[in-house]
Amino acid sequence: MIDQQVPMPAEPIVSDRHRPPAVELSRASVTFGRDDKRLLALSSTDLRIEEGEFVALVGPSGCGKSTILKLTSGLLGPSSGVVLVGGREVGAKMMRIGMAFQNPTMLPWLTIERNVMLPLKIVEPYRSAFRQKCKGEYRDRVHELLAEVGLSRFAGHYPWQLSGGMLQRANLCRALIHEPQLLLLDEPFGALDQFTREELWGALQSLWMKLRPTVLLVTHDLKEAGFLASRICVMSARPGRIINDSPIDFPRPRTVPMTFEPQFVELNQRLRAMIEEARTDADKEGEEL
Amino acid sequence: MKYEVRRRLWAALLILGFFVVWELLCIMLNVSDLVLPRPSQALTTLVLRFDVLWPHILQTLMTTMVGFALGVVVGVVIGASIGVSKTAYDTAYPLLIGFSSIPKVAVVPILVLWFGVGTVPAILTALAMCFFPIVVNIATGLATTEPDLEDVLKVLGANKFDILWNVGLPRTMPFFFASLKIAVTFAFVGTVLAETVASNRGIGNVMMKASSNFDVPLLFAGLFILSGLGVALYVVFSLIEKRVAGWATTRRDDATIM
Repeated sequence: MIDQQVPMPAEPIVSDRHRPPAVELSRASVTFGRDDKRLLALSSTDLRIEEGEFVALVGPSGCGKSTILKLTSGLLGPSSGVVLVGGREVGAKMMRIGMAFQNPTMLPWLTIERNVMLPLKIVEPYRSAFRQKCKGEYRDRVHELLAEVGLSRFAGHYPWQLSGGMLQRANLCRALIHEPQLLLLDEPFGALDQFTREELWGALQSLWMKLRPTVLLVTHDLKEAGFLASRICVMSARPGRIINDSPIDFPRPRTVPMTFEPQFVELNQRLRAMIEEARTDADKEGEEL
Repeated sequence: MKYEVRRRLWAALLILGFFVVWELLCIMLNVSDLVLPRPSQALTTLVLRFDVLWPHILQTLMTTMVGFALGVVVGVVIGASIGVSKTAYDTAYPLLIGFSSIPKVAVVPILVLWFGVGTVPAILTALAMCFFPIVVNIATGLATTEPDLEDVLKVLGANKFDILWNVGLPRTMPFFFASLKIAVTFAFVGTVLAETVASNRGIGNVMMKASSNFDVPLLFAGLFILSGLGVALYVVFSLIEKRVAGWATTRRDDATIM
C-alpha cells in the first residue's frame, strides 16, 4: 500500500491508455445557496477514476461525499470546474449508470419486482425490447437478482410491506439490474444489520468481479471500504477536498475473516486517524464562509 | 373488522332513524302533505310513478356522465399542463380561481342563449361545475412529486416524458381519483341545476313541474332520486379509486394487497 498525494492520479487497474477515464472531476466546486447563505460544499476537487476501478469515498459527515456522487450522476452540476463521465460532459446520454440512493426510494405504487425492473424500462438497449420481454426474460432476470439478496419471496410485495433492510437490498438490485458500466452507491448498506451487510458485501464483490463495472461507493464504514474497494479516497471536512488517495491491494475475493488480519486492521486505523484529524481541523477553523 | 361492521350498522341505523322521526313527527303534528309529505308518501309516489320517472332519471344520469367525462378530459389536460411547471401553475391559478368562483347558475342563461333550452346547456353546466377539482388535484399531485422519486429516473437518463409517465402520473393517481368522487357529484349538481332552470327533461325539470302543480310528494320523490343517484355515483367512484390507487391507502389497513 503506497500513499499518494492528490492530485496525482492513481494507476489504472484495467489499463487502456486510449480510453478516457470513467469519471474525471477537475477543479470541481459546488456551492449551495446565494449571497450571505452561500455554503461551499465541495472545493476544487480533482478525482480520476479509471474504468473498472472500485473507489470508496470516506470522510466525516457533511464533507461532500454525496455531492461528488450527485455530480457524477448528473443530478447536480458543478458551480465551477469540469465533470466528465466517460470522457464526455455529464448530462448527455453517456454510459449506463446505476445508482443506489441513501434512502431506498422505491416507487410506492409498484411491486418490488416492478421497481427493480424499472431501469430496464428506461435504459437502452433494454428499453426497446421491454414490452416483449418484461413478462419473460426480464422478469427471470429480476427474480434471479432478488434471489441473490434473499428477496425472492417478496417480489410481488409492495415497498411498504418490507422492512428498511429489505428495501435497501431491493434498492441495490435496482442499481444493478441493467448491468451498469458505472455504479454509484450512496451508503447503500447503512440501514442493514452487520450480518446482512457482510453478506451483501460478498454479493457485491462477486458481481463486481464478474462484470467489472466502475464503482464509486460513498460510505461511513471504513471496514466496508477496505473490504470492497480497490482504492480509497479520504475527504476533508466541509468544504470537502480529497486529502488522501490510497490503492487497496488485498487479494480478492476478500472474506470477512480477512478483515481481522493485522494489515486490514492497520489500514482501518490509518483511515480512522486521517478522518479524525480532518474533523478536528475543521473544528479549529470553525465554519468557513 | 368488527369495528367496520359496527360502524356501518350505526350509519344505517341513523339513516333509518332519520326517516322514522320524520314520519312520526309528520303524523303527530298533523303536517299537511302540501307542506311536508311523510317519507312513506314520497316513497309510494316514487314506486307508483316510476315508469314516468324512469326516462327522466336516465336523462339526468346521461347528461351528468357526458358532462363529467368532458370535465375529466378538460380537467386532466389543464391540470397536467399547469402541474408540470411551477411558472405555468402560478400564472394560470388566479384565472382558474376566478372562473371557478362564478356561481354556475349565473352561467346557465348565457348557455341557453348560445345553445337553446335542452341537454347541451345541462352538459356544459355539469362540465363547468366538475372540472375544477380535477385541475387542482392533478396540478397539486404533479407539483408535489418528491424529487427523490424523480431522481431515480433522472440518473438513468430518462427524459421528461419518461419521468411524467413513470413517476408524475402514477404519483398523481390518488389525487386524481379522490377528485373524481367530488367531481362526479358536482357534475350531478350542475346537471340538475341546468335542468331546473332551462330544460324540458330530467329530474330537475320534473321537480320544477311538480312544484308548480303543488305535487309535493312527487317533489320529494325527485329529491329521493337525486340523493340516491348522488350517493350511487360517489360509491362507484370510491370503489374505482380503491382499486386503482389502493397503494396510497392500503398502508393504513395493513392487511390485504389489492
